[in-house]
Amino acid sequence: MDILKIYSDKELAQKILRAIYHEAEKIGREVRFMHVCGTHEDTVTRSGIRSLLPKNVKVLAGPGCPVCITPAEDIARMMEIMKKAREEGEEIILTTFGDMYKIPTAVGSFADLRSEGFDVRVVYSVYDSYKIAIENPDKLVVHFSPGFETTTAPAAGILNEVIEKNIKNFKVYSVHRLTPPAVEALIKQGTTFDGLIDPGHVSTIIGVKGWEYITKEYGVPQVVAGFEPIDFLMGLLMLLRIVRKGEVKIENEYTRVVKYEGNVEAQKTIKKLFDIVDAKWRALGVIPNSGLELKEEYKDWEIRTFYDVNVPKMPDLEKGCLCGAILRGLALPTDCPLFGKTCTPRNPVGPCMVSYEGTCQIFYKYGALF
Amino acid sequence: MCLAIPAKVVEIRESVAIVDFGGVRREARLDFVKDVKIGDYVIVHTGFAIEKLDEKTALESLKAWEEVFKVLEGE
Repeated sequence: MDILKIYSDKELAQKILRAIYHEAEKIGREVRFMHVCGTHEDTVTRSGIRSLLPKNVKVLAGPGCPVCITPAEDIARMMEIMKKAREEGEEIILTTFGDMYKIPTAVGSFADLRSEGFDVRVVYSVYDSYKIAIENPDKLVVHFSPGFETTTAPAAGILNEVIEKNIKNFKVYSVHRLTPPAVEALIKQGTTFDGLIDPGHVSTIIGVKGWEYITKEYGVPQVVAGFEPIDFLMGLLMLLRIVRKGEVKIENEYTRVVKYEGNVEAQKTIKKLFDIVDAKWRALGVIPNSGLELKEEYKDWEIRTFYDVNVPKMPDLEKGCLCGAILRGLALPTDCPLFGKTCTPRNPVGPCMVSYEGTCQIFYKYGALF
Repeated sequence: MCLAIPAKVVEIRESVAIVDFGGVRREARLDFVKDVKIGDYVIVHTGFAIEKLDEKTALESLKAWEEVFKVLEGE
């Protein structure tokens, strides 16, 4: 059988679901499982998984969208850097991802900046930004670089090459964030759940190993899961079995990709280039040891080293926007008074509606399934 | 953001592979995966192969679960 087709097989899904009902009935009480990945939310919503589950099994969506949690101040600061550079006679080429480009702040978005005549380009990969820098040796290319561990790895890979070759016209604005500290912060802030579905592609980089301390220190069962419907259902079944047996442990459903130790090469490169620092998450506040900053010796490749600009204090969210509670797993988009009314993907009010990994956009896109 | 898709390696040029996403071909950097051969499946995220797809492990673990389902269906 084709390895890529097995994971959306209907018969297999039905077997897993029967086993899920069996386990849920034995447990009896309500169990709440959280995931922290926009791609998982897409799988859950697109496949209608919530509607298939027993009434006592709930799936919560946590902060799984790096673009959504990128502080508005950083977007504003990057915009100010572009303006200051122009004042000083330098035209920066700014690159970033498609969803980052549209994230609204009180002072506008990167898309607005482009409409003012600045050179802002959407890229699929940091590798594309690097190629733009090579093709334009007389211009400075800055990649506004958001993302969790999965996306940090490619950024680190390119930076490593840029630093080795001493290429000076490529720099980044790092807003990279680490996922496990965010889960830890949610637990400390009082979000309660019976188990965690770990994001398969973050785990590809950090390994099962990277999550173990959450189970050891907070007693939360975890299962690393992939992104096909079968993967997610299997992840839920494995968590239910752990909960039913009263165990506290971590298992890996996504064995075809995720190794216990993760991608050691990627970890080495990230560790070589970045320091771990306390960092702000939009709508969640400052989370200890959750951000990545280029090390002192590599500061020549961080754009903030060269431009000191002031940005005004601004609200994380518009009044009424529930993105903060949604990112904490305390509310679903349908609880928000703005959802689908004043806030739509065409005119997003909050960041959760902009990104294709934002819970609100996913709910809006697949809304017909409810 | 962490969307990553399996693709088949069809060509290798030093540290960059040409990968096939069921018809669409793109470049994928191989900085973080070693010993990739033409015909292998890799998981690609924003232009980087972040891991190889291990078909054998996947099929073995599914087989193990089939046993569990059989037991449960019998209960």
